[in-house]
Order: sequence, then structure tokens, then C-alpha cells
Amino acid sequence: MSVGRATSILLGGLAVFGPAPAQATLTWNLPTPATPLALDTLHVHNTFMAITLAIFFVVFAIMIYSIVNHRKSRNHAPASFTGPGTAAQIFWTLIPFFILVFIDFIVMGIPAYHSVVVMQDTRTDADMVVKVTGSQWKWQYEYPEEGIKFVSSLATPQAQLDGQAAKGEHYLREVDNPLVLPVGKKVRILLTSTDVIHTWWVPQFGTKRDAIPGFIRETWATIVQPGIYRGQCAELCGKGHGFMPVVVQAVTEPEYRQWVAQKKAEQAAQAAGAQRTWPRDELMKHGQEIYGKICIVCHQPNGQGIPGTFPALAGSKLVNGPFLDAAGRLVKDGHLDRVMNGKPGTAMQAFKATLSDSDIAAVVTFERNSFGNKMGDMVQPAQVKALR
Amino acid sequence: MEIQTMTTAELALHGSHHAPPKGLMRWLTTTNHKDIGTMYLVFSLVMFFIGGIMILLVRAELFQPGMQIMRPELFNQLIGVHALVMIFMALMPAATGFANWMIPLMIGAPDMALPRLNNWSFWLLPPAAALLLMPFALALFGVGSGAIATGWTFYAPLSVQDGMGLDFAILAIHLLGVSSVMGSINIIVTIFNLRAPGMTFMKLPLFAWGWLITAFMLVAAIPVLAGAVTMLLTDRHFGTHFFNAGGGGDPILFQHLFWFFGHPEVYIVLFPVWGMTPHILSAFARKPVYGYRAQVYAFWVIGVLSVAVWGHHIMTSGMSTGALLYFMYSTMSISLPLSVLFFCWIATLWRGAMTFEAPMLFALGMIVLFGIGGLTGLVLADAAADAQYHHSYFVVAHFHYTLFAGGIMGIMAGVYFWLPKMTGHMIDETLAKWHFWLTAVAFNVTFLPQFFLGLAGMPRRIPDYALQFTEFNMVSSIGAFILGAAQLLFLTVVVKCIRGGPPAPAKVWDGAEGLEWTVPSPPPHHTFQTRPVVGQ
Repeated sequence: MSVGRATSILLGGLAVFGPAPAQATLTWNLPTPATPLALDTLHVHNTFMAITLAIFFVVFAIMIYSIVNHRKSRNHAPASFTGPGTAAQIFWTLIPFFILVFIDFIVMGIPAYHSVVVMQDTRTDADMVVKVTGSQWKWQYEYPEEGIKFVSSLATPQAQLDGQAAKGEHYLREVDNPLVLPVGKKVRILLTSTDVIHTWWVPQFGTKRDAIPGFIRETWATIVQPGIYRGQCAELCGKGHGFMPVVVQAVTEPEYRQWVAQKKAEQAAQAAGAQRTWPRDELMKHGQEIYGKICIVCHQPNGQGIPGTFPALAGSKLVNGPFLDAAGRLVKDGHLDRVMNGKPGTAMQAFKATLSDSDIAAVVTFERNSFGNKMGDMVQPAQVKALR
Repeated sequence: MEIQTMTTAELALHGSHHAPPKGLMRWLTTTNHKDIGTMYLVFSLVMFFIGGIMILLVRAELFQPGMQIMRPELFNQLIGVHALVMIFMALMPAATGFANWMIPLMIGAPDMALPRLNNWSFWLLPPAAALLLMPFALALFGVGSGAIATGWTFYAPLSVQDGMGLDFAILAIHLLGVSSVMGSINIIVTIFNLRAPGMTFMKLPLFAWGWLITAFMLVAAIPVLAGAVTMLLTDRHFGTHFFNAGGGGDPILFQHLFWFFGHPEVYIVLFPVWGMTPHILSAFARKPVYGYRAQVYAFWVIGVLSVAVWGHHIMTSGMSTGALLYFMYSTMSISLPLSVLFFCWIATLWRGAMTFEAPMLFALGMIVLFGIGGLTGLVLADAAADAQYHHSYFVVAHFHYTLFAGGIMGIMAGVYFWLPKMTGHMIDETLAKWHFWLTAVAFNVTFLPQFFLGLAGMPRRIPDYALQFTEFNMVSSIGAFILGAAQLLFLTVVVKCIRGGPPAPAKVWDGAEGLEWTVPSPPPHHTFQTRPVVGQ
């Protein structure tokens, strides 16, 4: 094969593998990088793809040449050699081998080394920390320096999944509360999980890291441009694995400060809400919202669960039993205990880690008075707060 | 040494007084390597279709966004059981079936060295398949929640949470593991002890060499898997905390143990194919195998490296920089012995006199498409770029290029190559060629788009997806249905060849070399009771 042809294949390969616009259909390459890390990954990927395409075409061009010419129908007489015979032949058979050694460890190996070192360096000059906690099937985001903490879950209505409503533009990749980050800051992202392994992935950030229960893993991102970046959980984590999007809203520094102030005020109001006594209607209404976001996935819209997998709430002994004993302590394996502390080894997690006092109070009240359950009692946020 | 000889009449007499029992008892009690090989191959074919139907249901669900035909729970079960069925019950038994049939014929042995063990190795497989699949049926009757729903990788703690289908899968894995280890020991013992006089190790046919390395790898790797799933079983039921951080364990420990088995497993499946490929290329190029020694040494190097690179399957789990770099460079180094194999395959074709019967077409198709699997593997080895590819459809496409193109298409080349020897009838070349071209084209229509899906950011194992992935998924699903339908042609060719067809001569292909082509087609029930002597 001529040098000219090899070059044209290389260039052709590069043209095919140019960066693709994000969110467009029929993209042929990694999405447009949003961080220096993703840009680096794209370069590495393009280089390697060009090299492997060149190897592929050169090697199989030789094979196809042989297939076309060395065939019985062309009366080609078969040779009988079984290996390199002369010193010169041995030399020529070793050449491709050493070209591959060079490609593996020099042409590909050196840039890969640098990329790995950069990818792993989460700490140098980090400006801020965000803690990401995966739970079946939502993400919790925490800003330790600001004292902000919230849960982010899928916002696509069930009707769109079932084909009863038209699918929106960001079907399955939209959330109620996106992670908000400032641009131009190196964000150190700490990852963990409360139940099974999840993987936090935003393709445009060029990073992907597992969230492992009981351990902290980390990665980093410095977002260059403001915008909304979408991804999703990448490790099979149960039935809701496909419905656990990651949405990051990157904003300028002043906008970020404004958002932080607003979020803090919201959380203060929520904390105050936990102190007052909620009327029954308000608990039921808020409880229904929380149920629709969190519990409905397993226990189903009608509270019937899925036989054999997820228990029914309708008519359940646990739901229709006491939740506090005479001394005001949690009844072990009672309704409130189960919601706050979960059931180890099952998908029922300890919701006290992710839900606020008022959320828990409201959803327990709702469950005790819905689906045909008629307990008539209420749980107040202040009670939950005291039991934490 | 003393050479025994028998006349044809004596042989016939011998055969008749050893006549096997008829009906079911023949197959239950047989210790004949050809019968057991046939049972392995038939079992494999049945499971290939069962695994295929499962994934066609999955591709039907993925044809468009939205949940149309199944719930996510069933989706998660189908993807995992598809993988377990295809790897443990289609690919591995097919390779073992060929080992049983061909290795004694190739090395001039009268049978496998341990015939009763051989019978038992096979008969553990149907109960294992029943255990793995039974939870689907039980769920229909309201017992349990269905089969294993964690994917074939069993990752803890998801697998600790899963329903009783997972316990069934663990027990199935144990039976499969026992079967594989016993089968491997049998093959090792046969090759070491029953080679014909004059057949030194460096005259051993490459198919036997490939299987010898596979057998050693199975003996090394299967016990690690058995240990890992047993630890999982005790975590699930007996309160141990091997994989639970709350009790001092580590979920990532499971991944290390699983992939210490899982990576050699890839080569376990592929070595028998790499072993048979040079036989086929040499037969249809009418030219001796190129670089026999180089191929044997490359087998050994790949076999040793295979147990030292498992970490590249878990590069996003948060390993140290040093570990990432080690696994990256060691994985890249596998490309070196593999390149030796590719070089030898192409050099075997070079300046031959090729014809293109169905086995040759499948072998050539395997080389090209497996080349794509190998090269994308080289890219995946890069730990930084792997952060993008990992857990995505890029990986799904990659391992189907290695395991379907490299594994299953290689096995099909072997079927078309050796079936006339086994049945005594030639295959229907026209249908087999249609089968090849439909398979090769539909395979690429199915899996090429999945590379682009992965790059665009579609994760694996999701039952529903964002709208930007729609077009490629539709193309992939259409390809999958054509690919599935094309396999009905395969079934037709195989059944036709068993039932009849033009008689096959002893030397089915004029360029084929080896002892297996010196016995009649089909071979008598007992072969090589007189040991052949391999010349200089």
C-alpha cells in the first residue's frame, strides 16, 4: 500500500471522527467536550481511532489482495512455505511486530499516561467540593461548604413512558432539581451510595466514576461554558436503572452565588416548617407528591406493589399497625421505622438519609390514609425530627 | 512397539458385539467420545436459539423509546440470562463438543482418557440449564420474582438484594463449573497420555493446542468464580459480609474475583476457535499452516497474560493511578501475541490456491470482524478514554465483535468444516453461503451502530432511552431480527446434513491434513483401536 493511500485513510478517519454537536441525532463521535478533561479524552480517542482504522485497512488490504489473487479459480499454484526461511525474511516478519510495540507503548502509551494522571488528579487547585450520593433510583447532591443538600430525581411523567403522552424533548434526561455548578471552577466530586453500586456519568464531562456503598470515590470537572449538561446512571442498579438521570446546570459565578443564597433560604424555611404543626390536608397533599416521586416506582400507583418483589401497602399489616409505642419510641419494624431506617438487603432504603422531616411525616401520613388504609392518624414533622 | 491390525470384518464384528443400547439409554449411559460430542453440540444449538430468542425480545423492546412490551424487571432478567446462556451453554459446550469429537481423532486416540467422567461432564449441563431458566416458569405460577436480574456479572450488592432467581443462577454456575473443570481435566489427560506414537507436542494439531490452553485456563479460573459466587450465597443467606462495607467487606472485592475469572473466560471461549482457524485456512488455501511454532508460543503468552489483566473491566471503580497504568499497559501488551496470530493466519493464505466454501467464508469473516473487536479492545485499554466507553454500548458492540464474530462465527466455520466428517454427508453449500452472507451483513447492521450509541452516551442495560438514541437503536433492532432469522438457515443446513446429502469421502476437503481425515466419513463407532504412527 502506498504512503499516499495510507495518509488519505488517516485523514478520512479523522474527518469521520470529528467532534459531533451535542444532542443532535445520528452522532458519530463523543459529544462536544464541556471540560478540559473531555477535550483531552476526545483527542486521545480520535488519535487512537485513526491509528486502529489505519491498522485495520492496511492489514485487511493485504488479506483482500491475497484473497483476490491467490485463488484456485485463477490457477494460482499454492506455495509450500511454513515460516520465514532466510534471515531477511525473519527480519521482515519482525518489522510489523515492532511497529505494533511502538504504537502500543509510545504512540498510544505516552498520551494515555498523561491523560490518566490528569484524570486522577482530583485535588490540585480544587475550588469546591460536591458530594454525590446514589440511591435507588435518584441522586442526592450535597454542598458541604454551604450546608446545602437536596435530592434530584426523574421528572419525566410515567404517561410518557407508557406511550399515553407525547415524549418531551428531554425524555428520561430531565430532573426536578438539577445539580448547579459554577463555570470555571475546579469541582472535586465525591461519590458514594446508600444501597447498590451506581455510576455518575455526564458524557460531556469526559469522566465516569462508580458510586460504591460504604466507600468514597472521587472525580473532578471544570466546566468551561454555562449550559445544561445531561447524562444518567451507567451501572445496572435494579429496575429503575434506566430512569436515573444526571442533569447539571452550569452557571456563572454571580448566578451561582445567587442560587446558593436562594437555596439556603429555602432550606431555612423548610426547617422552620418542621417546627410547626401541619394540618392534615397539607400533610396528605405533600405526602401524595412525595409518594408520586419516590415510592410509586416499587409500590405502584395503587399501592398494590408487585407480588413477589415489592410488598403492597394497601391493607398491609405494617402500614395498618402502630408506629410509636406508649413511651413515644419507634416501634421496631413499624411503619415509620421502616420508612426512616429501611430494610437492609432489600430495595427499601433508609429514607431519613434523603428525605426531610416534613417529607417523611407527610408520606407516612399519606400512606396510612390512602389505598383503602383508614388509620385516621397523622405524623408531624417535629416527631420525625425528634426521632432522628 | 507392537502394532495390532484388524481386518475390516473383524472390526465390524467388534462393533456389533459392542453395539450400544438403543433409545434414551444409549445417550444416558454412553461413554463414547463421538456420542458425547454430539450431545454437547446438540445441547449448544438448542441453547443458542433459546438465548437468541431472549435477546430478540430485548431488541424488540429497544426498537423505540418508551416501555412497550415488558417491564424493566423482565428486561433486566433477559439481558443477564441471555449472556449466561450464550457463554456457558452455547459457546462453551460447542467448543467442548468439538473437543470430544475431534481431539481423539486428531491425535489418533481410541477415545477420551476418562470416558465415564466425560459422560458426567455432559449430563451436568441440562440440569444447570433447567436451574437457570426455571425461575422464569416459577414466576408465571407466582413463585419468586423471576430469573437473575443483575446482568451476568452478579455484582454485589445488587446481587445480594436480588430475588431467588439469583440463588438458582449460583447453583447453575456451580454445576457448569464442575462440568467445565471435569471436561478440562479429561482433555488435559487425553492430550498428555493418548497421543499416537510419534506425535510429539510440537506436532500436536493447533486445535488440540488451543484446547489444551483453554483447559488449563478453566482449571485456574473456574474455582475463583465458584468461590466468589459461594461467598455471595453466604452473604445472601448466612449473614456474612464479604461484600458489605457495613460489616468490613468490600463490594469491589466481588468485581476483582469475578473478573479474575471473567477475563480468562474470554480466551477460554476463543482459544478453541483460534485453534481450528489455521486448520480451515490451510485446507482451503491448500498450503501448510504458517508459523506453527509462533502460534503455539502466542497461545501460551496469551494464556499467561489473560490472568493478569482483569482490572481493565473495572477501570471506573476508582482504582489507584498505579493500578490503572498497570492494567492499561498489560492489556495493550495482549495485542502483541494476538498480532502474531493474525500475521500467521494471513501468511497461511498468502500465495495459496484458495477456494471459498462455507467453512472458509466463516473463517475469513471471523478474522475480519474479530479484527474490529480486537482493535476496539486496544482503544478500550486506555484508562482515560475508557472512562467514556465504560458501561456504554461501545463496550456492548466491542464484546459482540469478539464473542459473536470471533466466537460464534468461528464455531460455525468449524461446524461446516467437520459436519460432513461427522455425518458422512456433504452440506448444502448454497444455503450455507446464504447463511454466511446474511449473518455477516446483519451482524454489522446490528452491532456497528452500537459503537456510535456508546460514544453518544447511551449506557448498557437500560430498558428505555433518551430520544437522541432512537435511530441507531431502530437500525440495530432490524439487524438483530435479520441476524436471528438467518440462523434458521443454519439450523436447516445442519438438519439437512444429518438426514442426508451427497456422501462425503474420508478426506472431505482436498486440502485438509491430519489423522481425522484418514478415517471414513462418518467414522465407525470406535476409531484408532489400532494406533496410527505419525511419521517424521
